[in-house]
Amino acid sequence: MKSNRLDHVLLVAAIAAAWQLLYLAAGPNVISSPAETLTRAVELLRTQAFWDNAANTGAAFGMASVLSITGGALVGLWLGLRQFAGDVADPILGALYSLPKITLYPIILLIFGLGISAKVAFGAIHGFFPIAIFTMNAARNVSPVYYRTARIMRLSPAATIVTVLAPAALPEIFAGIRIGLALTLLGTLIGELFASTSGLGFALIRATDIHAVPDITAITFLIFVFAACVNALLHAIELRVSHDG
Amino acid sequence: MSARPHLSKVALTRILILLGALVTLELLCRTGIIDRVTMIPPSEMFVALWQIVESGQFKQDILFSTYNVAAASLLAIAAGFVFGAGLHAWPRARRVVSPLLSAYYAVPTFVFYPLLIVAFGTGRTALIVMGTIFGVVAMMVNTMLGLDRVPLAVSKTGAIMRLGPVRRLFLVRLPAAAPHLVTGIKLAVAYGVIGIIAGEFILATAGVGKRVSFAYDNFDNKTMYGMLLLLLIGVMLINGLLTIWEKRLHRRFGQR
Repeated sequence: MKSNRLDHVLLVAAIAAAWQLLYLAAGPNVISSPAETLTRAVELLRTQAFWDNAANTGAAFGMASVLSITGGALVGLWLGLRQFAGDVADPILGALYSLPKITLYPIILLIFGLGISAKVAFGAIHGFFPIAIFTMNAARNVSPVYYRTARIMRLSPAATIVTVLAPAALPEIFAGIRIGLALTLLGTLIGELFASTSGLGFALIRATDIHAVPDITAITFLIFVFAACVNALLHAIELRVSHDG
Repeated sequence: MSARPHLSKVALTRILILLGALVTLELLCRTGIIDRVTMIPPSEMFVALWQIVESGQFKQDILFSTYNVAAASLLAIAAGFVFGAGLHAWPRARRVVSPLLSAYYAVPTFVFYPLLIVAFGTGRTALIVMGTIFGVVAMMVNTMLGLDRVPLAVSKTGAIMRLGPVRRLFLVRLPAAAPHLVTGIKLAVAYGVIGIIAGEFILATAGVGKRVSFAYDNFDNKTMYGMLLLLLIGVMLINGLLTIWEKRLHRRFGQR
């Protein structure tokens, strides 16, 4: 545990040192120094405009997450429990997962218009496929003995899902959710970068337009911190789930 | 092969579902339930694609994007392999950076693009650097995984045969690590495509992504859907070829 903490300190120090060197090499016209960025980030955190944008991105990310988790888990479970449907859908899901979703964004914009619903839809399709694929594989990988046991105990289909399938498949489903939500956040932010009227991605692209380097660096930094926190939280839940299971 | 009839039934159903989806979309567009401002019928998309290919009007953009994707992928693969092999050989450093590597794809790396534009301008360099940054870690992680999984017996056989370090690398360790290396290459190319196209989309002077976003801005749906279709076919082709290569290697080296 102790060396683990030392490792983390070393890692943060190494990143800060690399950043400072980059700053010294490239100059303030390209990137702000770590110290300046922290100062600017704290300043931004005190402004109402930043929190409005953050709330906007957060709302879009939240809705997209709910959509991709429920949709992905339901579709994945159904495909995982039906051998034939799963076999049919498997390569289609794989192809859609590996497709760069960015190509679909203009279509989504045309369907949903400029606004929060386009961002939500774009975030949700990023997260949906990995969650569906992981859930499907999780349901398929549950040992057949469990299903047979459930049948011997005459559990109803609902009871089988809740008491047998869910505990057995949950760790793998959670791994899918963690990957899916990371992609959902990426999708939401790319949506905001490309065409949007609010949100952190929009703030970032506006800062780029006026060449406000401290703002660009600080917003990028804050987005990273937020994403790392979401990831750490989901990772902790995942570890918990897999230990219990 | 008792699984054969089931398999062909599966494939048939899959084709029918995809065809059905295409026909439904065509009908929805033709009857005006989906209006033309939103989407043109799939048949017209193919016509638009054919016109784009035949007239060669976007040849420069297609070459621009292809070159960028190739450059970014090659850089990511080379750098990822070198860094991955280096970290594999230096476990202490690997322990320190491993949280960074595992969280790398959880953070939206793409938000670096504005900084890259500031640094390199809106040209080819910023795009290639973006694509490289996006893909390099996938290659690194898979290189380390591959080198980890080289079976001890294989390494020992190499030692017994008194191969030198170079020959041991090329004749023993790299082939044994090949399945993971190919997975890394596949991911690096996929991330390279996403990085380049997304960058061109958001801010660039040329490229397929730029043409699509320009057509979107001008309500030029014919060009937009034609280019999107071209992009989709290109990506699926590259991805399909790499997947076949990957599967073949995995089968050959007895992994799943």
